[in-house]
Amino acid sequence: MGYPHKPHARESVVLSEHFGSAEARTLAGWRKRGGYQALEKALGMAPADIVSVVKDSGLRGRGGAGFPTGLKWSYMKPGDGKPHYLCCNADESEPGTFKDREIMRWTPHALVEGCALGAYAIGAETAYVYIRGEFTEPLQQMNAAVQEAYASGILGANAMGTGKRLDVHVHKGAGAYICGEETALMNSLEGKRGNPRIKPPFPAVSGVFGMPTTINNVETLVAAVEVVKRGAAWYKGFGRPDNPKSTGTKLYSVCGNVARPGNYEVPMGFPFRDFLHELCGGPLPGRKFKAVIPGGASVPIQTMEEAEATLMDYEGFVAGGTMLGSGGVIVFDDQQNMVKQIARLARFFAHESCAQCTQCREGTAWTTKIMERIRDGHGTYEDLDTLLDIGEQMTGKTICVLSDSCAVPVASGIRKFRHEFEALIPKKQGTAFVAAAVA
Amino acid sequence: MSHGPSAAGGSLVAAPADHAHEPHVPVFTGARRQELDMILGRYPTKMAALLPALWILQEERGWVSEGGMAEVAGVLGLTPAYVKGVVTFYTMYHQHPVGKYFVQVCTTTPCNVCGAEDVVKAFLQHTRCGELGLTSPDGRFTVIEVECLGACGFATPVMINSDFLESVTADTVPDVLAELR
Ligand SMILES: Cc1cc2nc3c(=O)[nH]c(=O)nc-3n(C[C@H](O)[C@H](O)[C@H](O)COP(=O)(O)O)c2cc1C
Ligand code: FES
Repeated sequence: MGYPHKPHARESVVLSEHFGSAEARTLAGWRKRGGYQALEKALGMAPADIVSVVKDSGLRGRGGAGFPTGLKWSYMKPGDGKPHYLCCNADESEPGTFKDREIMRWTPHALVEGCALGAYAIGAETAYVYIRGEFTEPLQQMNAAVQEAYASGILGANAMGTGKRLDVHVHKGAGAYICGEETALMNSLEGKRGNPRIKPPFPAVSGVFGMPTTINNVETLVAAVEVVKRGAAWYKGFGRPDNPKSTGTKLYSVCGNVARPGNYEVPMGFPFRDFLHELCGGPLPGRKFKAVIPGGASVPIQTMEEAEATLMDYEGFVAGGTMLGSGGVIVFDDQQNMVKQIARLARFFAHESCAQCTQCREGTAWTTKIMERIRDGHGTYEDLDTLLDIGEQMTGKTICVLSDSCAVPVASGIRKFRHEFEALIPKKQGTAFVAAAVA
Repeated sequence: MSHGPSAAGGSLVAAPADHAHEPHVPVFTGARRQELDMILGRYPTKMAALLPALWILQEERGWVSEGGMAEVAGVLGLTPAYVKGVVTFYTMYHQHPVGKYFVQVCTTTPCNVCGAEDVVKAFLQHTRCGELGLTSPDGRFTVIEVECLGACGFATPVMINSDFLESVTADTVPDVLAELR
């Protein structure tokens, strides 16, 4: 393990084409693979024209929310006399997600190129890549690539000989999931506690250092490079014909109880059933799939029946009762107890809450307490209602959506795996007795 | 067990010795001062260099003491209380000395379903730490659980100081530790 697998025949490798090749990590190797052609092309275009191409491609943010990238870039007003900034979100901490890590480990120059291209398109001279502190190797690879890019004149005061200034700086985080939330990331970058900010003002008006800022995920920026290089029409060619809202390829990280965990790149609209059984190799020997969280820990849990009927794109996952999210696919098999695992997720969110908002600080803590009580066999039927009630109070009421994210697996878990919760609740106990009597 | 290419550089790097009870040599002098000046050039404010400066401090001293925070505050024109407020927000700055090898095992759900709790138990047992967060009697190890390390497909990932190991199982823990002897 450690090295990426050979691509499956049904994958569409665009972003992951060079995963596993040591040569592709170097500037020379990257150039040999067509590297920096997109940046060169972009620097010869007007920023507004780059934004139009990206808009036209249908590319949407790969960090979780799926916001159209071209539209986001178009909020930046060039020539407003203020410094603009691009922030690249490489905090990747959403449980189940490890795709940005592999992009940075294997193709660091793709991200340097994406940052430079994105910065130019939004009228910025400076891009910051905020990488989580635990990513030792991605940090090394990115630092080396940035150095090479400066040494060869791709970055700096005269980027690629165009007379334009482009700087890319790597910034190392220090351990905090919440710093992946865009405004928390900006505070953290400024040397503050990573508390999310109230919006508005939105980052395009007042972002990092109070200046107009665009923030994009790692995968979004490397996809933008391919869009500029090969054109919007080519990019739109990936996806189902009946859904123009989801275009391109998507990298999914697959983990948990599955035969072949790893990163897989498929076109939008790929059948989730084939993905899980063919590409990922199905369940481990002698076991059965039970449930999937398809988009990182913050999206609703699917039963296997739901998952197998789902098409993998933004709309397809919504139709399947969940979300594409970050593309972190967590698979649970029949040996797992859902109550235990949902309790563990709740503990994650409680640990990572920044504690600014009451609903989140108290809600994540109490959810964890009650979930663990049920897990340990001391729960009551009322606890299930209490959990759902707390979850409602935690949703849509806070500065950022970490609070909502904690409520999501709990609510979907209780709805879809209620029998597992009830099996852990002691029998002949007040409410249960009444419930049985009424029925 | 395979470190894969992740254990970049190969050998496991020991954390700097704990100078907790020795008089401090100032951190931001010579090459470290130059490094900080270069970092300061990347941002429009001095405050933005706070996380990088704290990293330099921890690399030099092995942990972030109150005295160290005051030093960082001094070079960046911040108050010690402000610096402490920031330090306490993040999990990776050690606010007290830790063992020579600081072991972090991911136990979040994706790793949990692959047996991460057994990996933690194995580390606690073989390092004789006994309890999470305590340092072993020989001062060599501190073991903690950590939330998702962003390597969930390589369960169970373990960080030892800045080294990142993949696919560790309870059975391979003794081998991992043997490499540190
Ligand atoms: C609690 C929380 C954590 C997040 N973590 C990440 C992250 O690690 N990486 C990321 O790219 N986006 C993360 N996001 C989403 C970002 O706020 C933001 O939407 C994204 O970086 C925008 O980039 P995109 O438009 O390219 O997707 C997180 C959001 C929340 C609320
Ligand atoms: S859950 Fe362990 S690395 Fe993500």
